Amino acid sequence: MSFDIAVTQLFNGVSLFTILLLMALGLAIVFGLMGVINMAHGELMALGAYTTYLTAKFFEEHMPSLMNVYLFFAIALAFGVTFVFGYVLERGFIRWFYNRPLDTLLATWGLSLVLQQTYRSVFGAQEVSVPLATWLSGAWTVSEGIQLPLNRIFIIGLTALVAAGVYLILHKTRLGLRARAVTQNRAMSSAVGIDTNRVDALTFALGSGLAGIAGSVFTMIGSTNPGTGQLYIVDSFIVVVFGGVASLIGTVFSGFAIAQAQTTLEYLMSGSMAKVSILLLVIVVLYFRPNGLFAPKMRS
Amino acid sequence: MLSVSKLNIYYGESHVVHDAGFELGEAESLALVGRNGMGKSTLLKALIGMIPARRGTILFDGADLKDLPSFRRVAAGLAFVPQGRMIFPQLTVEENILTGLETGRYRSIPSFIYEFFPVLRDMKNRRGGNLSGGQQQMLAIARALASRPKLLILDEPTEGIQPSIIKDIARSLNELKKELNLAILVSEQVLSFALEVADRLMVIDRGRIVREAHKDSLNIDEVRSYLTV
Repeated sequence: MSFDIAVTQLFNGVSLFTILLLMALGLAIVFGLMGVINMAHGELMALGAYTTYLTAKFFEEHMPSLMNVYLFFAIALAFGVTFVFGYVLERGFIRWFYNRPLDTLLATWGLSLVLQQTYRSVFGAQEVSVPLATWLSGAWTVSEGIQLPLNRIFIIGLTALVAAGVYLILHKTRLGLRARAVTQNRAMSSAVGIDTNRVDALTFALGSGLAGIAGSVFTMIGSTNPGTGQLYIVDSFIVVVFGGVASLIGTVFSGFAIAQAQTTLEYLMSGSMAKVSILLLVIVVLYFRPNGLFAPKMRS
Repeated sequence: MLSVSKLNIYYGESHVVHDAGFELGEAESLALVGRNGMGKSTLLKALIGMIPARRGTILFDGADLKDLPSFRRVAAGLAFVPQGRMIFPQLTVEENILTGLETGRYRSIPSFIYEFFPVLRDMKNRRGGNLSGGQQQMLAIARALASRPKLLILDEPTEGIQPSIIKDIARSLNELKKELNLAILVSEQVLSFALEVADRLMVIDRGRIVREAHKDSLNIDEVRSYLTV
C-alpha cells in the first residue's frame, strides 16, 4: 500500500517536473540566456494554446478521421506560429529595449495586457478546451494501486524530446554557438564577425516557439482562457531564477527539485500551504545563493 | 589597403580623438604608442566599430567602413583582439576559436592555429574563462585569425601578461605576419614590444597623432618622452 503511494507520488513529481520544465525552457532562453525580461511570455504560451484550439476545431470539422493525431499537427503549428510571432516581436519591439531592463519589464507587461485583451475579443472571455485523443485518455494500470494517466506519460516523453532538442540546438549547431557567444558578449561577438541582430531575433524566436509548444501541450491538462498565461509565467520565472540564470542544467535541476518538493508537501499538507513552503524555500536559497543553484564560477 | 583620414571620435560630448589619419599597406605593421588615456583604445575600437566615429573616413580596400556594424568590417577583412582579451568565458577554447569562422573564409579551424599555439590544443575542451591571462591572449589572437583577416588589430596585447609570455607573443606575431601575409596594427605602452613587432611607429598624444615614422628613422628618445609621465 505505502509502496503504491510512493510510486504514485514519485510519478506525480516527475509529471509536475516535466510540466514546469516545458514551461521554463523557453524562458530559460529568453530571460536566462538573452537577459530579456519578457512579461508577455505567458501570453505566448496562451497563443500556442489557442493555436491548438483552432487546429482542433479545424480537424473536427474537416478531417474528423484524423482527430486522433491532430495534436502532433497542433504542436508543430503552435511552435511555428509563436516562432514567427516571436521573430516579429523581437525585430519590431523587444530590440529597442535592450540594456534597459526596467523599460523592458513595463513594455512587455503592457504587451501582455494587449494580448490578453486581444484573446478576449477574438475567443471570448470564457474558457475553451480541446478534445483529448482517445489514446491519450485513461490510465495505465500498473498494478491495482498504481494508475498512471496516459496524457501525463505523453507529456513526460514530449518534454524529454524537447529538452534534448534544445540542448542539441544550443550545443551542436552553428546557431547555438552564435547564440551563446552573443549572450555572453554582444559587442565582441559582432567584432568576431557574428551578425548579432539576426542571432538575437532567431534566439528570441526559438524561446517563443518553445513557449508555444508548452501552451499547446497544456491544453491536454487544462482549459484555456485569456488569462491562462498569467498562471504559468510566475512558476516559469521561479524555476529559471532558482536554477540560476544562464544555466540550462540549473533550470532542469531546479524544476525537478521544486516539482518533487511540491508534490511531496502536497501529500503532507494542503496545496496552498505546500506552495507557500516552496516559495519560502526558494527565498531562503536565493538569499544565500543570490545567483541561483547553478551560478557559473570562473574568472571572466 | 587601410586609409584612415580626419577621423573624429567622441564619448558623449567629450572629443577624444582629433583628426586621426594614417595609411597601412598590405602586410605592413604599425604600432600605435602613447600613455593611458591618450585615445589608443578609442581609435582602435572605432576602427572595428565597437564605438562610432563621428566624422572622417575609414577606407579599406576602397570601401568606407565608417558606418558599418562590426561584423561587416570583419567580413571585409579586419579582425580585432581587444584590450582585456574578451574571450567568451563560458565557451570552450575550441568553441571560442569556432566563433571566428563566421566569415566562411576557412571552413574549419586551420591547422596553423594549433601549430602556433599548441597549448590551445591541449586545452581545447576547457572553458575559456578558466585559462590564464597569457593563454586567453593566445586564444583571442587565434579566434581573430580564424576569420582569415587581411589586417589584425591588437589593443594592448601585453597588458597584464608575464614577460616571458610577452616574448612568445611577439615571436608568434612576427611569424604569423610572414606566413599569412598579414598586416598588423597594434597599440602598445611597452616600447620594446612595439619595436619588435612593428615596422613603423605612430605616437598618439591627447587624441592627436603627433609623430609617425619608420622605426629606423625614429628618434626613440623623443618617443620615450611621450610615454613617460
